[in-house]
Amino acid sequence: MLKIENLHARVAGKEILKGLTLAVNAGEVHAIMGPNGAGKSTLGNVLAGRPGYEVTAGSVEFNGVNILELPPEERAAAGVFLALQYPVEIPGVNNTYFLRTALNAQRKARGENELDSMAFLKTVREKLKIMQISDDLLKRAVNEGFSGGEKKRNEIFQMALLEPKLAILDETDSGLDIDALKQVSQGVNALRSPERSFLVITHYQRLLDYITPDFVHVLADGKIVESGDRTLALKLEEHGYAWVKEHEAGVVGEPA
Amino acid sequence: MSSAATRSPFVESQLAAPASPLPGAGVPWLDAARREHLAAFAEAGLPTKHVEAWKYTALRALAQRKFSTGDAQAAARAIDASAFALPGVDGPVLAFVNGVFRADLSQLAQLPDGLELRPMSQALREDPEPLRFTLSRYEPEKGDVFVRLNAALAGDGVLLKVVAGAKVAAPVHLLFIGAPAEGDVAWHLRHVIELGEGSELSLVEHHAASGDQRHLGTTCTDIVLREGAVLHHAAFQDAAPGAALIRRTKLHLGARSHATVHVVELGAALARHDLQAELVGNEARFDTRGVFLLHAKQHGDTQLAIRQQALNTTTDSVWRGVADERARGVFRGAVLVEPGADGSDCNVQNKNLLLSEQAEIDTKPELVIYADEVKAVHGATVGQLDERALFYLQSRGIPQAQARGVLTAAFCRTVLDDLPNAELRAYLGDRLVAQLPA
Ligand SMILES: Nc1ncnc2c1ncn2[C@@H]1O[C@H](COP(=O)(O)OP(=O)(O)OP(=O)(O)O)[C@@H](O)[C@H]1O
Ligand SMILES: [Mg+2]
Repeated sequence: MLKIENLHARVAGKEILKGLTLAVNAGEVHAIMGPNGAGKSTLGNVLAGRPGYEVTAGSVEFNGVNILELPPEERAAAGVFLALQYPVEIPGVNNTYFLRTALNAQRKARGENELDSMAFLKTVREKLKIMQISDDLLKRAVNEGFSGGEKKRNEIFQMALLEPKLAILDETDSGLDIDALKQVSQGVNALRSPERSFLVITHYQRLLDYITPDFVHVLADGKIVESGDRTLALKLEEHGYAWVKEHEAGVVGEPA
Repeated sequence: MSSAATRSPFVESQLAAPASPLPGAGVPWLDAARREHLAAFAEAGLPTKHVEAWKYTALRALAQRKFSTGDAQAAARAIDASAFALPGVDGPVLAFVNGVFRADLSQLAQLPDGLELRPMSQALREDPEPLRFTLSRYEPEKGDVFVRLNAALAGDGVLLKVVAGAKVAAPVHLLFIGAPAEGDVAWHLRHVIELGEGSELSLVEHHAASGDQRHLGTTCTDIVLREGAVLHHAAFQDAAPGAALIRRTKLHLGARSHATVHVVELGAALARHDLQAELVGNEARFDTRGVFLLHAKQHGDTQLAIRQQALNTTTDSVWRGVADERARGVFRGAVLVEPGADGSDCNVQNKNLLLSEQAEIDTKPELVIYADEVKAVHGATVGQLDERALFYLQSRGIPQAQARGVLTAAFCRTVLDDLPNAELRAYLGDRLVAQLPA
């Protein structure tokens, strides 16, 4: 589904991704961990097509299409969704209106018919079962004055509504209380399907107790430096990233 | 200053005899006042950009144009009044075409209790004497030659009075239609509005076009709120794309009175609005909300000038400007809190959006405070759309052009949030959106 090869990307003139290679098959959940500043959010932004993130080498294929050529909205319509590490507040734009405009824009781009307000509300009610967020948040301006946790839930609610093929969750667990973490995880798990893949960026093994990944990768200094199954996350938790560096350099063997 | 030799074509054209006799002509005190104002106008000529109040609004092009002094056919021009109905505005209507009252387009039957409403022309013809004080007293603001011109040549306008204690529920629609004529017309209207003690009124000032023309209109509006009066005033400027419109609105607020003014400026090639308020009574309150949305080579200039002169007065002004293509916007928000106006609050917020590299907006908040215990806040910005918000919308699948539209509409619409008339609010919001670049 997603094939990233030797990806190099620059932000503000500085090379951040330095030859990243990663393949994600349909239905898989990949966790990406790594130290602050390693380039995890940069990867998410590059995949979503954020302006200012310049790809200097390498390729990204999504279901056979080179998405690097597409503007963000076309990537979204093709099924790429990025839950932002820092969701944006948009004063004056009603959350429900935003969701409906987004959903209909994607449907239109895919040649599907647009939903009228009745059909849309029905869909919203269904999705509310997956991700509880209060009515009040739907009536307010997008993310404006939302608490940190409310913003993250709103991201997952959007994901549930837009039903992407590839969801990139950038530290969606940061700043969530224990109950919210469970809810968000349940929301993600409810959406897991053989057709849908996830890239879950996180600093905490705890999230992976709830969302069981098929693979765990360590991203350091712009590259994937280590990949493994979910036990890798446990090792990281125990030994820290310093171990990965040493391991990579071949200094020490795998800890028992 | 100008002598006959150096007068601009514009000034010269306005010294010609009126196209048809002005209402009230022959009333000695009025003739004298009009002569005096016209002479002062001819003497002063149009302001140059060296006059501070006109620094960003050049009148050079206007000065070279000639306008006939009124439209002799205004009373007979075929107009479809239904085209100008506004949702949620279903009260009495007072309509003018090219500056001339049109009974046939107005709706003055069965006025609500406590509302007196009639055209100035009628009053001047039937019984001008009660207007003597209002029309002959004049304190010329320095450099305000359009007020002079208006005083010299206005023969019509709105006379409105709400008697003490009356609460007029249905909004009054003041409709000013510009209609194509044989040439470019200059028209002038003078409005005198008074809200008695404890009265309430909702007013809609509506500038519209029944076809393209390049007329010049000037209006001078004086609004007095007596103690405890409440006014909701919505001004919707939707004049013809070629029109020039120069308006001065002056409010005088008595104790505990409260005026709320919403302004939406969409039309005209040149739209200048001086919105002035004097808060002379304790605890008076004045809220303004406004937006101009300019494109092509439109020029919009709003000059807000507020004087807080009494204890515990409050003013709150939230304005937005959007300029696209080669348009030019100007906003000045001046608040003067005078000595003795202790415990007063004032807030002026002005945010502007440039949608093209050729567009320009100049903004200038000015707070001058001479009183004690005053809370004053102001802010002014000129910028582009928030790139992060734009990406966020796009990343959810909304095409860039549409995303820009959504953000720009939201930016403008905030000024309508607290417009109490829901139908009118929705309509004006839609009109704003419709004018945004597709
Ligand atoms: N717009 C930008 N301008 C300048 N530098 C940037 C920009 N975006 C990212 N960077 C830099 O790129 C590097 C990688 O940032 P990125 O946000 O991808 O890290 P991260 O792995 O997500 O870190 P964290 O775990 O702290 O979220 C950092 O050094 C960051 O400062
Ligand atoms: Mg990050």
